[in-house]
Amino acid sequence: MVKEEQEESSNRPDNTAFTQQRLPAWQPILSASIVIPMFVLIGAAFIGVGVALFITSRDIQLQELDYTGDDSEHPCFKCRTNTEKCTCSMTFSIPTLFKGPVFFYYGLTNYFQNQRKYGASKDDNQLYGDLNYFTSPSTDCDPYTRDSKNMPIVPCGALANSMFNDTFTLSHTVNGVQKIVPLDGKGIAWWTDYNIKYRNPSITPLINAFNGTKKPTNWPKPIYELDTTDVYNNGFINQDFLVWMRRAALPDFRKLYRRITHDDYAAGLPAGNYTLTIAYNYPVHSFNGKKKVVLSNVSWMGGKNDFLGIAYIVVGSMCVVMSIVMLIVYARFKFGEDD
Amino acid sequence: MTWRSPLALVRDALQGQRARERELRSLVSNLPYEGQEKGKQPNRFFLSNAIKTTKYSLLLFLPMNLYEQFHRLANLYFVGLAILNFIPVVNAFQPEVALIPICVIMFLTALKDGWEDFRRYQSDRKVNNTPCFVYSRREKQYVERRWKDVRVGDFVRVVSNEIVPADLLLLYSSDPNGVCHLETANLDGETNLKQRIVVSGLGAANLGFEPESFNSAVVCERPNSNLNHFKCFVEKPDKDKVGASIESLLLRGCTVRNTNHAVGFVVYAGHETKAMLNNNGSRYKRSKLERKLNVDVFFCLILLFAMCLIGAFGHYLWLESLPGVPSFLVPDSNGHLDVPSLESFYMFFTMIILLQILIPISLYVSIELVKVGQIFFITNDIDLYDEETDSRVQCRALNITEDLGQIEYVFSDKTGTLTENKMVFRRCSVMGTEYPHKENAIRLDVIDEPESEEEVIFNQHQQLPRSRWSLEAEGISPPDTQRHGRRRKSKVAANAHSDAAFSSPLETEVIPDQKLLQQISRAESSGGRRDGNRSFDPHLDFFLALAICNTVVVSAENAHRQRECTSPQSSQMRNPLETFSSLVKKAGAFFQRDKRNRTLSEDPVIDSAKTEDEADANRLRTCSLHAPSQNGSAIVEAEELCYEAESPDEAALVYAARAYGFILLARTPDSVTVRLPSGEDLVFEVLDTLTFDSNRKRMSVLVRHPVTKDYVLYTKGADYSIMELLGTPYAENFSGIEKNVAADTQYHLDCYAKEGLRTLCITKKVVSESTYQSWLGERKRAQAAMECREELIMQTAVQLETNLTLLGATGIEDRLQEKVPDTIVALREAGIHVWVLTGDKPETAVNIGYACRLLEEEDLVINMSCKNKVTCTAILDCTLEEVRRYRDDPRNAGTTQNISLVIDGNTLDMAKSPDLQERFVELTKHCRSVLCCRVTPLQKSAVVKLVREKLKVMTLAVGDGANDVNMIQAADVGIGISGQEGMQAVMASDFAISRFKHLKKLVLVHGHWCYTRLANMIIYFFYKNVAYVNLLFWYQFFCGFTATTMIDYWLMIFFNLFFTSTPPIMFGIFDKDVSVEVLQGVPELYRTGQGKGEYNFLTFWIAILDAFYQSLVCFFIPYLAYQDSDVDLFTFGTPLNTAALFTILLHLGIEIKSWTLVHWIIMLGSVALYFIVTLAYTATCVTCNPPSNPYWILQNQMADPMFYLIVTLCTVVALLPRYTFHVLKNSVAPSPLLQGRQLDRMDPSTRDQWIKEWRGFRGGAPAKRYELSDPPSPTLETPVDFFPEFLPDSNFMGDDLSLNVITESRQRAVHT
Repeated sequence: MVKEEQEESSNRPDNTAFTQQRLPAWQPILSASIVIPMFVLIGAAFIGVGVALFITSRDIQLQELDYTGDDSEHPCFKCRTNTEKCTCSMTFSIPTLFKGPVFFYYGLTNYFQNQRKYGASKDDNQLYGDLNYFTSPSTDCDPYTRDSKNMPIVPCGALANSMFNDTFTLSHTVNGVQKIVPLDGKGIAWWTDYNIKYRNPSITPLINAFNGTKKPTNWPKPIYELDTTDVYNNGFINQDFLVWMRRAALPDFRKLYRRITHDDYAAGLPAGNYTLTIAYNYPVHSFNGKKKVVLSNVSWMGGKNDFLGIAYIVVGSMCVVMSIVMLIVYARFKFGEDD
Repeated sequence: MTWRSPLALVRDALQGQRARERELRSLVSNLPYEGQEKGKQPNRFFLSNAIKTTKYSLLLFLPMNLYEQFHRLANLYFVGLAILNFIPVVNAFQPEVALIPICVIMFLTALKDGWEDFRRYQSDRKVNNTPCFVYSRREKQYVERRWKDVRVGDFVRVVSNEIVPADLLLLYSSDPNGVCHLETANLDGETNLKQRIVVSGLGAANLGFEPESFNSAVVCERPNSNLNHFKCFVEKPDKDKVGASIESLLLRGCTVRNTNHAVGFVVYAGHETKAMLNNNGSRYKRSKLERKLNVDVFFCLILLFAMCLIGAFGHYLWLESLPGVPSFLVPDSNGHLDVPSLESFYMFFTMIILLQILIPISLYVSIELVKVGQIFFITNDIDLYDEETDSRVQCRALNITEDLGQIEYVFSDKTGTLTENKMVFRRCSVMGTEYPHKENAIRLDVIDEPESEEEVIFNQHQQLPRSRWSLEAEGISPPDTQRHGRRRKSKVAANAHSDAAFSSPLETEVIPDQKLLQQISRAESSGGRRDGNRSFDPHLDFFLALAICNTVVVSAENAHRQRECTSPQSSQMRNPLETFSSLVKKAGAFFQRDKRNRTLSEDPVIDSAKTEDEADANRLRTCSLHAPSQNGSAIVEAEELCYEAESPDEAALVYAARAYGFILLARTPDSVTVRLPSGEDLVFEVLDTLTFDSNRKRMSVLVRHPVTKDYVLYTKGADYSIMELLGTPYAENFSGIEKNVAADTQYHLDCYAKEGLRTLCITKKVVSESTYQSWLGERKRAQAAMECREELIMQTAVQLETNLTLLGATGIEDRLQEKVPDTIVALREAGIHVWVLTGDKPETAVNIGYACRLLEEEDLVINMSCKNKVTCTAILDCTLEEVRRYRDDPRNAGTTQNISLVIDGNTLDMAKSPDLQERFVELTKHCRSVLCCRVTPLQKSAVVKLVREKLKVMTLAVGDGANDVNMIQAADVGIGISGQEGMQAVMASDFAISRFKHLKKLVLVHGHWCYTRLANMIIYFFYKNVAYVNLLFWYQFFCGFTATTMIDYWLMIFFNLFFTSTPPIMFGIFDKDVSVEVLQGVPELYRTGQGKGEYNFLTFWIAILDAFYQSLVCFFIPYLAYQDSDVDLFTFGTPLNTAALFTILLHLGIEIKSWTLVHWIIMLGSVALYFIVTLAYTATCVTCNPPSNPYWILQNQMADPMFYLIVTLCTVVALLPRYTFHVLKNSVAPSPLLQGRQLDRMDPSTRDQWIKEWRGFRGGAPAKRYELSDPPSPTLETPVDFFPEFLPDSNFMGDDLSLNVITESRQRAVHT
């Protein structure tokens, strides 16, 4: 009976804080008085971070060498239209010690690696070493799936096909003698790319895995000959290949080519004259692009970039200015509120 | 089973179709055909009693639901986009991925639909399997069957407290008078008992009804949904026709009360029953906000097209600018490159796919979810719960909650809406003499004041009879004690108990006026007895009329129905809305952790089935103890009588008569027993009852006097409908002195009206034998007519009601509901124009107007009442002039001008004629409140429509009766008050409340909240989508407009679907800008939502611009930071995505006004979800999502300090302007809402005091207010010198030109 009675009045809503919308709440009111300290705090912090960033960025040394050869004076001018193998060299000098480790980048401008269809034009499974996809690559790779004789292309797709193939050697002129600066090509790609995403088929020798397949049309040599000296840098896990396959986000980009970490140059490039010898292969005139080599050392914040530091300082200062404005507003209107 | 040819089946189906559509149906008993195959059944073409309210069947659920969903334009748009994605040349993502959002959303919707449908199915099954008793020829008795097995032509026996399974034609009742009492609460909410009468003339024997001997045909009309009309006749084998009407129809879903058992013939079954035909689904109304929203969606569409065009054009330029064919340009599979123009044409569509979420895909679903939440909170508001009726506010329209926050005009009914509709007899005038009933007035005042006293009175009243009625009490003790206990619980509960409508102690007790009492006893002793033939004293006649001339049902209080205390909703009236509300309830229960969400709808059926036997037994005992004899009611003590009336006025009058000793003892269809003060019981034979209708505005009862054998017609009705029918006043007997009874009575009536009382005139007419006989013939013809029966019946009524003799008049008070003035003042302060539309006469209305503070004493009241159009035009013109002049007068600058208008129905009709309506509307625009009196239901809705269309404002109509239905439907928001007048208003309404005072919180608080929440949520939603999509758009400038995304597709989809979808929904449901107390204390805050409100052109575009700015920041800061680096695509996209997430969430954080635990959980949860899901996804997906490959990206980024620096900078820079703007605005020019929030922060006592002070400051506003109504104002002089020269025409002389500005302090109504 009692139970029934309770049920009878069941239409009565529950008187809880939740159903009655009376949950305890924090109700901030944004007004000048409250935000002044906040603005000051943010401003100070930002200026601090900005200054740190700016100083770090300023300490980073950067040497850029454009070797497109658009200018007829340029040593590489001759290679610009040359379809044959062509080598050119540029000299430059470093005034002070270029602190190590020095990173050796190649850069392209106006190259749209982020073009949608271009980016999709690859077969991840193939690159993962799955032999099934060697014989029948994904249609994502069209039209770089099969060559004119209908042989499957490995690695297929536009991305791989267009791999950057200029090579560089850097030599240091010491007492008039050219001394080759050793370039370290290990560990320039992402660890996960090298170890997980890309795998060679577990067939030795590697060449057997590629039976019945063709190299990409633009490539001078097949993938299993990218680095014949080192099995761990050959095939799909060739570091240069991996670096290329990681698409750049913006049309003007640089990609890591080598690091200078060895021998006398571990501490950096000493001041002096250097010669960069370029095996000029990669055509750029079809997209009005430029090619360059960038030498840079890096800090905890990456490469040289003044923007972030300046931006932090500017925003921080704005916050401080705002807090002063707020103070004025507060002084003028605070008393009005009380009336 | 026999095999039947398909042809025969088709033929049968066609026949059935035709049979069902025929105007008249002829039904015969099923019994002779019992056991025969279906093809031989005479009634096989009519629907069975099984019901099916489900929309889908198990097999067809998927296709049907998909079909339903594709009816929504938005869904089609998204499906179109998904299909577009399957076209290789234009696709942007992998086609399958593009399907995900639309699939998720449609799946959720389907899940919701399916679940609702399943619940409908369950309750259908429950109803269909309810047992009932059907006569079986084979077993020669009533056997138990299920509801679904009942067929048209069956004989069904129903017992007390059982629910009627189908529409039954009542053939037999255990009641000796052939009456079956019915409670129709399930159907229309009316709680009073209705009498249904056995079809007369079908076999004399009422002692037992033999279904097998029933060999007549029942001819009835095609099923219709009208609950109050039914036309049918029973054709006996000898071709004799007996008419039957709704009076003999037991409707499905009603409950049988006070009747042991009854037998009925099934006329309509299942979906053809009136109850089911009335059971329409919820209405779909589009709110103002949604209409605006659609415009903005359209803007977004334009924006989308513009962006896609830019994309296409940019792609074209990019392609053109390339000097050769670079290696990154990928030709199609044939190695062929399209020309740039074609490529860019394709790119246009690809861009549409890429930028599609600019049209907020989840907005519509989110809005629905938000409204579910809002409705949950509205219905769960304990302040809107009425204990007396145990009812919450009902939201019947699910999608216009936010309209409540934008109301500018409120149209209210008076009776039952502003007033209690509990009529209290106040005074009367008999034969031109006024009896003021001072003692009674004092009693009422006492009751009014202290609450406790009422309780005392009530309890005394209750307990007295109970002790005496031991016999009955024993019989039904279990439910009774239970009720008894409950009654003690509280006063309110006690009131609720009085199941009999209109019988609270307030109404039942009348203290007689001493003078009148003496007058009566004098008449009794002298007149009544002495000459026994015809000279009843008019005083006695007056009270006899009060006692007889009504349709009040008498029942003994204790014997009174045992009722399962269940909710008024029955399984019959279940509609999708209720299913939905129980859904909401379930959701609530989830939080409340209680299990009380049993579907109420299922209970009555079960309960009645269980208690049926027991009840039956009780009944039988009762019957045997009190041999029911027609006139044996003498044994009944008068106090125990309980009157149940259809209209509260009637009850009040009967109680008044009882106070003077004229006790209505019993009423059967053909007799009324009245006890005279002398103790003598008179049994009047009731010859006919001319029921009330709104055209005649009166009702009459024709009785035969037991002593004089006269045919006497007692008529009561509205004064204006009676006065013109008066014949020579008592010419023979009381000539001379009594001549001006009519004039005196009219004077008293006017006085009553001025006091705000409802007036009724009581008349008598003696009909001669011959007149009666001739009239009777006509009446019978009218009643048997199949066509225009109503008109014919009305005509006969009018024929008889002539030459009436005026006996007197009564004044009945309809008390204001509690807190009505408070509510009206609050509404006015909230900037809402309040209109009260009433059928009362102007004096009554004005008085009530002052009582409920619709009109204030310092208001400028314009009184418009004119008899012809020319006057009307003149008055309108001059008043307008007046108002304008007043407004422009510099002296009045700064005063809050309160102009009120009182207008009557006639004038209103003229004013809203096409040529005047402009001016009228212009005038009303200046009026804070308008009081329309003597308006018809049609005028009510016409006014609402006029204002709504001409002024383009949001209107709300509130009413409680059937006469308000038109108005409720015409308004933007219709509110029904579930009062004493049944449920028609509620059925037509969007929201149903139980008291007028609830309107204050519903509109001022919930309306405001719902609107602000939804408006802000929608703005935010647009912002969110634009901001996010623009990130992608800006990137197009750096990828040759090739529709590349720098964010993984899945993460992009998740971003909208999961990471940022719950916070806005929570915002839309929970955010509380200003507290209840402040919103109610400072109604002015409501104005923020009126007119354009917070969601308007400006706020929308500011949000869009802000979105553009923020997306620029979120894109270009990372862009500049990563410029000339070796950053790869997704590494670049990750900080963008993260910065966008923080910006979008913190943007909401700025907008959120109060942070509860829910807010924190959802906001932090969203951030956590983003990181967890993204980390998990990037850690596991090595080659799972072919072209894009986000493997280990976020992990790498999170190890890089640059990531955090960039995200922080983006977020701060993106939000700085909005934040600063808010801060500056709040400090420099705080909005009223902000001031309200500041009030909120004070501790409650300070706040209350502050509000009070502020209130007093404003409310009094003595200096400025005074000017307004002060004589120097030009308003007073104008009418005087303005009219004569303006209206030289002598035609007007006779008209009452009553443009008067009431400035003197009006006498307040007696009641406050």
